[in-house]
Amino acid sequence: MEEENVKKIMHIVRRAPHGTIYTYEGLEMVLIMASYDQDVSMTFLGDGLYSLVKDQDTSEIEIKGFMKTLGVLEDYDVEKIYVDKESMEERGLTSEDFFIPVEVFTSAELGKMMAEQDVIVPQ
Amino acid sequence: MKIGILLKEGPYNHQAADTAYQFAKAALKRGHQVTDVFLYNDGVLNVTKLMDPPQDDRHIANRWSELGGEGVRILACIAASKRRGIDDGILVENSEITGLGQLTDIAIEVDRLVTFGD
Repeated sequence: MEEENVKKIMHIVRRAPHGTIYTYEGLEMVLIMASYDQDVSMTFLGDGLYSLVKDQDTSEIEIKGFMKTLGVLEDYDVEKIYVDKESMEERGLTSEDFFIPVEVFTSAELGKMMAEQDVIVPQ
Repeated sequence: MKIGILLKEGPYNHQAADTAYQFAKAALKRGHQVTDVFLYNDGVLNVTKLMDPPQDDRHIANRWSELGGEGVRILACIAASKRRGIDDGILVENSEITGLGQLTDIAIEVDRLVTFGD
């Protein structure tokens, strides 16, 4: 594959999980785009961080949930999982609370990384 | 500039469906190329011909159909469509159902992918 055809695509998760379908369908989109050998990353901001929290059980609210999908991101070579430091601190979360490994960046650093993307998809 | 549009909200419920359309029209008028409008999440509800709004209001599905007639591909995601009861039988003319792979191709092809949503 020619290098110039690889696009930097960042998906941004901003919402709490399960209240809306955005994160669930967003993850479906991420998996498809990842299978096209693009430079795919995910950034979690604000309440979007709660989507990463481990041991989520959606059986009582009768929603399928997406923990399995989070678990296979690595198999699809989606390893750039970024978390906003300020959002994490505001919510009293640490990296140990998350179901998958993440990299933590400040809002300013994430802003710079966003500016370098070819495509941003807010989910 | 080659522009792709990603619309993530349903018609009438959210302004995104109107803004995306107005943006597409304005971009075309300025001489840009708008290749595709990809409908995702509740956005797929934009192209059902079953909608029947009051006559003194805009008809959102017909508007997308007209834009499709001008050569812009109007595409609804199949996974999102299946969840919401959208299938080939109820699509307005000049729109079609396709997969997320198509959106990936669009993202690779265009100069800008512009998202309209909440």
